[in-house]
Amino acid sequence: MEHAVTHTHRDDTASKIGMWLFLFTEMFLFVGLFLVYSIYRFRNPEAFHQAAEELSTFIGTLNTVILLISSMTVAMSITSIQKGDKKLTLILLGITIFLALFFLVNKYFEWGAKIEHGLYPGSSYLKELGHGDILFFGLYFFMTGLHAFHIIVGMILLGFVYHRVATGRVHSTDFAFLENGGLYWHLVDLIWIFLFPLFYLIT
Amino acid sequence: MTIETTGKVYKSFFEEKGGKKGIFAWIFSTDHKRIGLLYFYSIITFFVTGATLGLLMKLELIAPGETIVKAQTYNSLFTVHGVIMIFLVVIPGIPAVFGNFLLPLQIGAEDVAFPRLNLFSWWIYVAGAVLVLLSLFTGTGAPDTGWTFYAPYSFKTSTNMLPAVLGAFILGFSSILTGLNFIVTIHRMRAPGMTWFRMPLFPWTLYGTGWIQLLATPVIGITLLMVVGERLFNIGFFDPALGGDPILYQHLFWIYSHPAVYIMILPAMGVISEIIPTFARKTIFGYKAIVLSTLAIAFVGYFVWGHHMFTSGMSGTALFTFSILTFLVAIPSAIKVFNWVSTLHKGSIYPSLPFFWAISFIFVFMIGGLSGLVLGSLATDVHVHDTHFVVAHFHYIVFGGTGFAFFAAIHYWFPKIYGRMYNMTIGKIGWIIVFLGFNTLYGPMFYLGIKGMPRRYFDYLKEYTDFNVISSVGAMILITGMVIVIVNLIYAGFKGEKAVANPWGGSTLEWTVPSPPPLENFEKIPEVTTGPYTYS
Repeated sequence: MEHAVTHTHRDDTASKIGMWLFLFTEMFLFVGLFLVYSIYRFRNPEAFHQAAEELSTFIGTLNTVILLISSMTVAMSITSIQKGDKKLTLILLGITIFLALFFLVNKYFEWGAKIEHGLYPGSSYLKELGHGDILFFGLYFFMTGLHAFHIIVGMILLGFVYHRVATGRVHSTDFAFLENGGLYWHLVDLIWIFLFPLFYLIT
Repeated sequence: MTIETTGKVYKSFFEEKGGKKGIFAWIFSTDHKRIGLLYFYSIITFFVTGATLGLLMKLELIAPGETIVKAQTYNSLFTVHGVIMIFLVVIPGIPAVFGNFLLPLQIGAEDVAFPRLNLFSWWIYVAGAVLVLLSLFTGTGAPDTGWTFYAPYSFKTSTNMLPAVLGAFILGFSSILTGLNFIVTIHRMRAPGMTWFRMPLFPWTLYGTGWIQLLATPVIGITLLMVVGERLFNIGFFDPALGGDPILYQHLFWIYSHPAVYIMILPAMGVISEIIPTFARKTIFGYKAIVLSTLAIAFVGYFVWGHHMFTSGMSGTALFTFSILTFLVAIPSAIKVFNWVSTLHKGSIYPSLPFFWAISFIFVFMIGGLSGLVLGSLATDVHVHDTHFVVAHFHYIVFGGTGFAFFAAIHYWFPKIYGRMYNMTIGKIGWIIVFLGFNTLYGPMFYLGIKGMPRRYFDYLKEYTDFNVISSVGAMILITGMVIVIVNLIYAGFKGEKAVANPWGGSTLEWTVPSPPPLENFEKIPEVTTGPYTYS
């Protein structure tokens, strides 16, 4: 990395443009799935309606609230680093990561319950229910699964941010890394904002 | 130490190892020039592999019936040939090699915007390549679906699909990150005074390509993930038995894979737009028209995917729309051809090897482009779809287009990259053999296709023998030419005469630095006051 070190110039705008472009591609990743979802919903309106009743709106709402709060805390951490309050930044980041974990625990129980009822792709029970249900639960596990994977990636990323703040490499005049981590986290939140109504609310 | 013609002593990027030894000075280097060369060596290796598989197919088709391989082996041959050539060679091809090496030089920057990310994308590329190659040698036999991985066969076949599909998925990330890096580099790192319309055309095409990579690649990414889901968990999205729709797979696949054709060809057009003015000693004709047509191709290319599916089943309105749009996208490509030809008009043409590669590109690209219109018309497509006509069209565009431009580029920038010059006579002999072999190989396929010979068959009716024999002989001629060209370049890399900084009299910024360039490219970041192709 010798060579990288010789580049002393720093371009925060460049790294933010880079992050935004990356978020763009992430969105397009999910756009493919939203497309598949809308086509199959259009073809199986009844079955999708029935199948959505199976999902727990309570856990869905709880997880939505959790993510919204975590988005707020990560945004607050950016303000606090700008003000030079390292301790508060670390606390806020810690809360964000904890909320992410909380989200995953809920997801674990939610998925566990579905699998217990035989509502998972490839189960013999689901096959008896018919095409619409197979597709609904296929989409449910695939989309929320991919989203949960993004939560995990986000947690790891925020873990790095936490480390850099703690070691002082991210500070009040150089915080693009924290901002980018925050942007990624907002995207994870944003995608959930679309997944939530599509699976839990529209019935 | 290298001494330039100016008498100045400097260290080239080959000599600056950044404190690392041997191979580590390469595989852990964040220098855009070294990364470009890493891609170059990897891609050439895969190109030779893919070409060998192609030759095996042509040998099988030299006579009707089973000649050297069985039907199943033939299926694997065309699948693996396709996967290697598309995902490992042609898509990264020009942007990853020449884009990396030359983009910063051409816009007057010392590196790309994210050097470490750049190295990371090469590593992702290697990881994806290893997975693809693993699919060949492990498990239950090499993939046999064709490079398109069409559903539902791609999750019903017992062959080793999973590594191949995952490999393609991972390679997509490498492509996205390279595109992202170039876009940011172009936005942020142009030299002072280099306005958008003073930027050379090769960076412009990389910019258009970058956007396609960003916006289209995720779609194939998610589609391939769904195929993985089908294979592992029976999610049923594309499985008619579970209510899924295989045609939907084709749509999603081509939403990426048609724009991917423009990922392949746009940088090739950029290369040609650099070479033509240099050797015509004239500024490029219609600079802005070329720029705008680049952006137009990038944009319209997004909406023509349906022409791959004219016979798959679509509404009449959809067919009509996709056909119209396909004709529309031919216009900006034609604009470029007219501009290149107009640049040559009344130029003081200096005919040399890179120039020969460039004009042979224009020739074969035109044949490829015009035959594309046959496939874009609804009525004729019904007749020639899934025949050798498609194979011929595709190879005229992708090999004749991107491949020839790749060789034009390497001959054009070789003295800049290595600081040495190749043997011109041997190079020209190699070029003419490649050109003749290419047309002998793919030309007859147009005829075979119109006569109704299907593609992807290891056997054929006796009536098709003559033209298949011609085609197979063409393959051998082509390979002979390729060997001459590549050996000539390898020899030149070690033993070639020393090259000067600007052997062709080029007017873009990369020719102002010594050959090979120093680590930080420019001693002082240049100030740009004019457009790129100024010849008085």
